[in-house]
Amino acid sequence: MIKDDIRSYFPILNQEINGHPLVYLDSAATSQKPIQVIEAIKNYYEFENSNVHRGVHTLGNRATDSYEGSREKVRKFIHAKSTEEIIFTRGTTTALNIVAQSYGRANVGEGDEIVITYMEHHSNLIPWQQLAKEKGATLKYIDLESDGTLSLDKVRETITDKTKIVSLTFASNVLGTINPIKEIAAIAHEHGAVLVVDGAQGVPHFKTDVQDLDCDFLAFSGHKMCGPTGIGVLYGKKAHLENMDPVEFGGEMIDFVGLYESTWKELPWKFEGGTPIIAGAIGLGAAIDFLQEIGLDTIEKHEHTLSRYTMDQMHTIEGLTMYGPHDPAKRSGLVTFNLDDVHPHDVATVLDMNGIAVRAGHHCAQPLMKWLQCTATARASFYVYNNEEDIDRLVAGLRTAKEYFADVFE
Amino acid sequence: MSLNNLDQLYRSVIMDHYKKPRNKGALEGSNVTIDMNNPTCGDRIRLTLQVNDGIVEDAKFDGEGCSISMSSASMMTQIIKGKTADEAQKLAHIFSDMMLGKDYDDSIDLGDVEALSGVSKFPARIKCATLAWKAMEKGVQDESENK
Repeated sequence: MIKDDIRSYFPILNQEINGHPLVYLDSAATSQKPIQVIEAIKNYYEFENSNVHRGVHTLGNRATDSYEGSREKVRKFIHAKSTEEIIFTRGTTTALNIVAQSYGRANVGEGDEIVITYMEHHSNLIPWQQLAKEKGATLKYIDLESDGTLSLDKVRETITDKTKIVSLTFASNVLGTINPIKEIAAIAHEHGAVLVVDGAQGVPHFKTDVQDLDCDFLAFSGHKMCGPTGIGVLYGKKAHLENMDPVEFGGEMIDFVGLYESTWKELPWKFEGGTPIIAGAIGLGAAIDFLQEIGLDTIEKHEHTLSRYTMDQMHTIEGLTMYGPHDPAKRSGLVTFNLDDVHPHDVATVLDMNGIAVRAGHHCAQPLMKWLQCTATARASFYVYNNEEDIDRLVAGLRTAKEYFADVFE
Repeated sequence: MSLNNLDQLYRSVIMDHYKKPRNKGALEGSNVTIDMNNPTCGDRIRLTLQVNDGIVEDAKFDGEGCSISMSSASMMTQIIKGKTADEAQKLAHIFSDMMLGKDYDDSIDLGDVEALSGVSKFPARIKCATLAWKAMEKGVQDESENK
């Protein structure tokens, strides 16, 4: 049973930073880890550590059971049909690169189109930029509405019969916009294109059902959902994955190796060359257990409440600009903003001196910063362990920053 | 609120340079132009220099960034004017030592630049302060190599 005081599960929150109790508002960069995840990794190293899929010995079986058990947890979590469709990767970036380098190279040719949006994180932009350059394909961007949302009309205008891949984020790491994945998947499929979803900012925050969304690929990271760093997931429809070549070759992923020819293991292992990220996968499994015990609907509701509260409070600060959809119900749990002419780095330093951790910079989304016509912004992002007191501290910190820099810009 | 700590970083001299940057803009007739950015945060600077016979005769900067990066650029352009290329390089080394919190050579009067010494206590902001100095170091080096 998860206690009501969810914060008590996160040992890191119980400390002072620069003389103040820590307020962690940077979960979109990486989330904190509950004791259950830390213990699961510790337990693996203390009692199960050995290599998977090869040993005859008992420890090897234990490790394999735990590792493959996590795969089944991931399958259930995103409602995939089979564990054959769940590939463990280093993170979202690696997962998206596998799609670009394997599916992309085989299916995109000269004159074809790849469609993305202006709100993509660099990890869902550069792999497609590189693929387009390599193949002589065209990279097209779906324009955004003035509030940072996508209109389905513009999606329809941009995707054509030449489009082979549509790739977009589930939720924007800057604007907080949640995109209509299911509708866009349908449009992509009408034109014979596949839909790739960057789920890094979505999967941790609301219920994800890949069969309902009907996306072809979904990538996400463990560390943004209470899991450890270095583990992520690529989901792909079996029909696609079966026809795709591995991008990494070596141990673990082979079936038969000859002097001049080799064959690959069946799915999903043909994409997992080398000793896999065993402890990471086990940690991710524990994180999924933790999130499911709280309930994804509860998490989503909690974040909406915090976003609404934050936006209401921030509206009372004169000179503060917020970016993204105005309606908190259309946003994930983050608020990106700028305070007057104070540079976001300076805002973040003042907040840090008050024990408050926020992100400042371009958030790995330089084309989006250009679209917003700013070079940098500050961002507060929430997760299960944040509460209204954290927001009150943030707002007080912002008022301090405003006062502190007031005479500079008078 | 730990505002006393903040005062170590945001000294009044720094805020003065941020508010009223010296040598801001593009230098007409410059013979050295260096563009540099900080890819982790988006700060960017264009430094234009007039270097003749191994002497930095004039310097201007343009760019976008936080108070630390912009005031540091302003101070840097102020101090290197009239210095020889060797002295400018030496100043860049002194500044680097200052940022790393090391003992630095105090034989050269650093003037306003001294106010940036507090940045060394804010590790996340050191890159902001060094951007303009790295641009200057590269510019002076490129210029002497072209000779």
